[in-house]
Amino acid sequence: MSDYRVLPGPEHFLPPAAASMGIRLPNPGEAHINGVITSEDKAYEEAARQFLMAKVPTIFPGPLVLWAWNEKAAKKATAVRHLFNTLKECVQPGQKPMLIPMPDYRPKYPKINPEVEINPNHPNLTIWHNKIDCCMFIGVHCHQANLSLKIIRGGTACYTIAMCAQAGHEDAMLSFRDASVEKLMKLADTVKRLKGTVQPRLTSAKNGASS
Amino acid sequence: MADIHSIIGTKNKKGQTYTDTWKMMNEAPRTPSFYTGSEVIKEAIRRASCDVMIAYPITPQSEAAALIGELFAEGYIGDYFRGESEFAVMSQCAGAAFGGARVFTTTAGPGTMRAMENFPMWSGARLPIQMIVTCRGINSPLSIQPDTLEIAYLLNTGMLVWHAETAQDFFDWILKGYIVSEEPDVHLPLALCCDGFFVTHTKDVVNLTPADMCLPPYDPYRSPVPCMDMECPPVRMMRDPFVMKSNYISYATHASWQQEIWAAVERSRKHTIHWLNGLIDTENTDADIVIVASGTAVSQGREAIRMLEDEGVRCGLVKVKALRPWPEEEIRQATKNAKHIFVPEFNVTGWLAKEIRATVPNSQRVHAGPHVCGGMTMPPEIIVSEIKTALGMKTFSMAGRGS
Repeated sequence: MSDYRVLPGPEHFLPPAAASMGIRLPNPGEAHINGVITSEDKAYEEAARQFLMAKVPTIFPGPLVLWAWNEKAAKKATAVRHLFNTLKECVQPGQKPMLIPMPDYRPKYPKINPEVEINPNHPNLTIWHNKIDCCMFIGVHCHQANLSLKIIRGGTACYTIAMCAQAGHEDAMLSFRDASVEKLMKLADTVKRLKGTVQPRLTSAKNGASS
Repeated sequence: MADIHSIIGTKNKKGQTYTDTWKMMNEAPRTPSFYTGSEVIKEAIRRASCDVMIAYPITPQSEAAALIGELFAEGYIGDYFRGESEFAVMSQCAGAAFGGARVFTTTAGPGTMRAMENFPMWSGARLPIQMIVTCRGINSPLSIQPDTLEIAYLLNTGMLVWHAETAQDFFDWILKGYIVSEEPDVHLPLALCCDGFFVTHTKDVVNLTPADMCLPPYDPYRSPVPCMDMECPPVRMMRDPFVMKSNYISYATHASWQQEIWAAVERSRKHTIHWLNGLIDTENTDADIVIVASGTAVSQGREAIRMLEDEGVRCGLVKVKALRPWPEEEIRQATKNAKHIFVPEFNVTGWLAKEIRATVPNSQRVHAGPHVCGGMTMPPEIIVSEIKTALGMKTFSMAGRGS
C-alpha cells in the first residue's frame, strides 16, 4: 500500500494526482479516508464530524443533481437539500453552512462571482473567498471533480469530501462511491446523531481555507 | 438510457442477446474456428455492440476494415464509412465518441503517425475509442512489413496500450478492451496493437464466443465528462479555452487535467488485471535467464526457450500484455531472480528494453535484443544465439547460413 496520504493542503505548487501516488479507489461497499480504504460506516462518521467541525461547511452540487434531467436526479437533489438543511440545524452559532452550485464547467471570464458559484477550473477562488474549510462535491462529473479536488488540495487547507455516483475520487480526503439518495440521507442522519458531540474549529488558529 | 443490468438478457435488432461480459468471456461455450487475424477482428466486432466504425485503408489493416464493412451491410454496426485520411478518421471517431457512441477504428504504420495529433486529444477528452493498430514499418524507404516502432509513439499519448501476441488474444482483448476502457474511472481510448501480417494475415485456431451473444451497449451517461456539451471543456476547445489564457490558473488547470489523464491510466490497472488475468504472463521465472517480450516476439521467445532446453539451458519467459498501464511491479518481481534479461523486439530502437531498463534494479542485466526490423522475421535461432553469446557459449552466426 502507498505511504502517500491525501490530506488538506496547501500541498504543493502542483500536487500529484493521488492515483499516481498509489492511492486506489474503494470497491463497492467501501469508502476511503485520506487514501486509506475503510468501511462506509466509518466514512459517514468522519464526514459528519468534519462537517460539524468546520467553520464554513459547504456542499457543492454539480450539474448532475442541479438539473432535473431525470427522476433520479430530482430525488437526489431533494436529498442534497435535506442534508444542507440538516447541517444548518446541527451547527453551532458562528458556523456558516453554505450551498454553492457548480452549474457548469465553463471557465468563468473575466471573473467568477465566488459568492454564487464554484468552477472546476479555478475552485480555489470560491474556497478562498468564502473561507470554506470543509466541502462536499456531489453531482459533478468525475473528471471535473478530480480536476477540482486536486487544485483545492494544491492551494487551500479545505477538507474535501466526494459523494461520487461512480467509483469515487482519490483526490478527495474522504470519498464515498455509488452515491444514492439513501447514502445522502444516511449522512444527514449521522450529522444529526453527532450534533453537539463535535467541537467546532471556531477558535482554532488554523481555521481558514486559504494560505 | 436504461440501466445496463436491465438490458442484460434482452435482444438487439440482430437477435443477439446482450450478455453479462464476464459470463460471455469466461463461461459461455467456445467454438474453435480457423481464421486469419483480420477475420478474428471482424468476429470480435460482430459481438461488440459497436455503434460506429470508421477507417482509412492502409496495409495491413485494410482487410479488417473491409470485413467490418460486411458487418455494417449485415446490420451489426450503426454506421460505417471511410474517412478522407487517417487524420480525418481519428477526428471523426472523436466526433462519434463525443456524441456517446461506441467507436471502433483500425490503422497501421504511417496511418498511426499521420493521425497522431488526435490520440492525446482522445485521451484528454476521455473518449473510450478502441483503435486496432496492426503495426508495420513507418519510415522511408517504404515498408509495409511488420515493425513495432509505432507503438513507441503511442506510449505517451495517455491511451491504454495493449500488445496482443496471437489472434486469440486479439479476439478476447477487443471485447474486454471496451469494458476496461469504458469504466467511468478510466474512460480512455485503447490502442490494441498487434504485429501486422504475423497476426492479421496468418490463420490460427481461435476459440470464439457464441455469435448470438454480444456485449452490453455503451452507456455514455457513466462518462466522467458531459456527453456532447459544446459549451464546456473538453469540447469547447477554441472559444475562450482556458488553455489559451496566459495566467497561473489556466496553466494549473491544464496541468491538473493532464495529471488526471495519467491518473485514469493508473486506475485502469485494477480493471486490466481483472479482465486480462494480470498485466503479464510468466513461465519459469526462477530461471537465471528470462526473456521479456510483447507481441509475436513472445512466440519466438517461447520457441527459443524450447530450443535452449534441448541444450540444457533453462530460461523463463515474461509476456507483457499491457504496456499502458505499465506492469512495473510485476516485471520487477518476475525478473528478481534473473541474472540475464533478454528483450527481443521487432523494431530498431528497442523501446521495450528501454522501459524494462528503467523498471528493474541492476539494469545492466538487460540485454536489448535481438532486434529485427523493417519486416524481417525473427527466427528463434537468433534469440538462442544472443543468449548463448552472452553466456559465453559457442554459437553460430545466422548470417553465415547457406554460404
